[in-house]
Amino acid sequence: MAMIKGNFLDNIGRVYGIYTGGFIAFIILMAILEQMGVGADTIGILFVAFTIAIYALIGWLSRTMEVDAYYVAGRQVPAVYNGMATAADWMSGASFVALAGGIYFGGYGYMAFIVGWTGGYVLVNSLMAPYLRKFGCYTVPDFVGTRYGGNLARFCAVVVLVVASFTYVTAQINATGTIAARALHIPFSYGVWFGLLGILLCSMLGGMRAVTWTQVAQYIVLIIAYLVPVIWMSNAQGFGIIPHFTYGEAATTIAGLETQYGLNPPAEAVPGLSVLTTPHTGPVGDLAEWKFVTLALCMMAGTASLPHILMRYFTTPSVRAARKSVAWSLLFIFLLYFTAPALATLTKLQLLDPSLPTAIIGKSIEEVQNLAWIQNWSSVGFLSVVDQNGDGILQLNEFFMRPDIVVLATPEIAGLPYVISGLVAAGGMAAAMSTADGLLLAIANALSHDLYYKIIDPKADTAVRLIVARVLLVVIGAAAALIASMQLTGILGAVAWAFCFAASGLFFPLALGVWWKRANTPGAIAGMVLGFASGSAYLYYVYTGGTPWMGLDHLRFGIVGMATSLVAMVVVTLLTPAPDEETQRMVDETRVPTGPAILAAKH
Amino acid sequence: MSGEHAQLSDEARDRYWSKTRSLTIVVLVLWFFFSLVIPWFVSSLNSVNFLGFPLGYYMIAQGSLIAFVVLIFFQNWRQDQIDEEFGVADE
Repeated sequence: MAMIKGNFLDNIGRVYGIYTGGFIAFIILMAILEQMGVGADTIGILFVAFTIAIYALIGWLSRTMEVDAYYVAGRQVPAVYNGMATAADWMSGASFVALAGGIYFGGYGYMAFIVGWTGGYVLVNSLMAPYLRKFGCYTVPDFVGTRYGGNLARFCAVVVLVVASFTYVTAQINATGTIAARALHIPFSYGVWFGLLGILLCSMLGGMRAVTWTQVAQYIVLIIAYLVPVIWMSNAQGFGIIPHFTYGEAATTIAGLETQYGLNPPAEAVPGLSVLTTPHTGPVGDLAEWKFVTLALCMMAGTASLPHILMRYFTTPSVRAARKSVAWSLLFIFLLYFTAPALATLTKLQLLDPSLPTAIIGKSIEEVQNLAWIQNWSSVGFLSVVDQNGDGILQLNEFFMRPDIVVLATPEIAGLPYVISGLVAAGGMAAAMSTADGLLLAIANALSHDLYYKIIDPKADTAVRLIVARVLLVVIGAAAALIASMQLTGILGAVAWAFCFAASGLFFPLALGVWWKRANTPGAIAGMVLGFASGSAYLYYVYTGGTPWMGLDHLRFGIVGMATSLVAMVVVTLLTPAPDEETQRMVDETRVPTGPAILAAKH
Repeated sequence: MSGEHAQLSDEARDRYWSKTRSLTIVVLVLWFFFSLVIPWFVSSLNSVNFLGFPLGYYMIAQGSLIAFVVLIFFQNWRQDQIDEEFGVADE
């Protein structure tokens, strides 16, 4: 693998520079084809097929049979590139496709996700990443198993990791299936398997090394695909060159229009579609502030406990590089998250403000029903315009839409060329694929390294370990695709659950493992088991119709889990003897950046 | 990866950790303020106008996010200084 060693790392800037230029050239080529009369469908297929082919090529070039390269990309990923890879790993189909739509319909309350999914990185940087990097582990359960000692602690961490990541990955495979089905015009159930094939092509041959370099490539695609349509729309509609700093007036105007039109529930709901009933700029209802804060807290603690994110920081050359790359990760993530509210606000204004040519609310029903974009999306059942009060005029509560099409429909609402819609599809695919890859790898690595190698067969040789890892990757991917094809959960609900599971079971055992020298094995096991069990039990209780306690619904069950986990861990630790001398010295070593890693380089 | 192991005396190690811990506490207090205190008072903040935005909405949509980014870069800059002071910078 001459290309990835030395040679590639020395030229990394140039390689990705050429790649970015090539992608922009491809977009321009597609725009020219569109002008020449090539159909919208063909352009959509070309966008998705071309980008997946590139990722697969990178995955093949990065194939490896070395343990270090497979698990932690040889620990030589530069901080900035690890930041990009983490950003792609992090921003899922939910962030890319569903977030702006969620803000559009969920209004202010929904923005707890934005605060939670950025603020969590402060916790990652302060409490976790540098110390786990110093530790020198391959996986998150590796840290738990070594710090607390014993197979039981390691096994508990594996269980929490698998449940949280598996919940998350089904949602991502669902998203790849949805996009593949739309762009390639195949049924959803085939789209899911097609998406899985693309995901496995990236990760199977090269493990973490291949996933790292494809995720960098996927970040570049997804951030271009998110920013270009918003900035283009803003310029085309006269909202300013860079809309982010100037949409304040728009937000204020929307608040005024909401009062004028009235935020009323529809006379008759349309199943699966939403109507705008929540205010855009402020909290509303009982416990609104409490709900916001608890959701944000669950997402933040979940961010700092999700293994597919933490393991990205095991790939940097040093502790300082790990910290630096957390900062870059957040900056790259921030670019998308501070764009999402701008996108939601401007799209909403375009539909609501009667002084704009794109407005539909207050127009005659017939006129609106003849708009091309309304017809496109109505025909697939994602949108509906019904004159429920019979006055022939479209009211705010007569316009129904599926929240997760807001991002996809925005270019059409603003009248942008189709090439932008193709670009958005490629971006959504990149976002969902990159997250799915990171998650599948986290699960397969925990099972192959921690369960198989550390617990079941510690004498297994390298080739066997890596074959086991790959077989598990395929099996877990197939299981996730099978569940995704049954469409049991919505994308967003499943994502929030994954964060709550991880926060319930892993947050305190990980954080206190570094920050509380006294923390011992029985305490950690109690924290993981009771936190995870109580969180899951509470989820079951609310999900099956129980009355939420203090407004803690199924998106916020992590609060219950984390509280139990903390209390259980502290109480049990204090009731049992302090950890031995050796463990205490290990914690001391973990806290200092220099010196040998706790775990040997190849373990 | 990290060169020679700096021999820290126990006393230096304690001072290093107490400085690191203080920095972390400062960072977490600021984190708490921007992520959890501001949303608590968003309604009253919304009566203030900032760059055309209602201030509370602005903080949630952008202000707190910018604060997080700045906070992490600040923390790393400070932590690098502490590491260098004790000769434990690993690059």
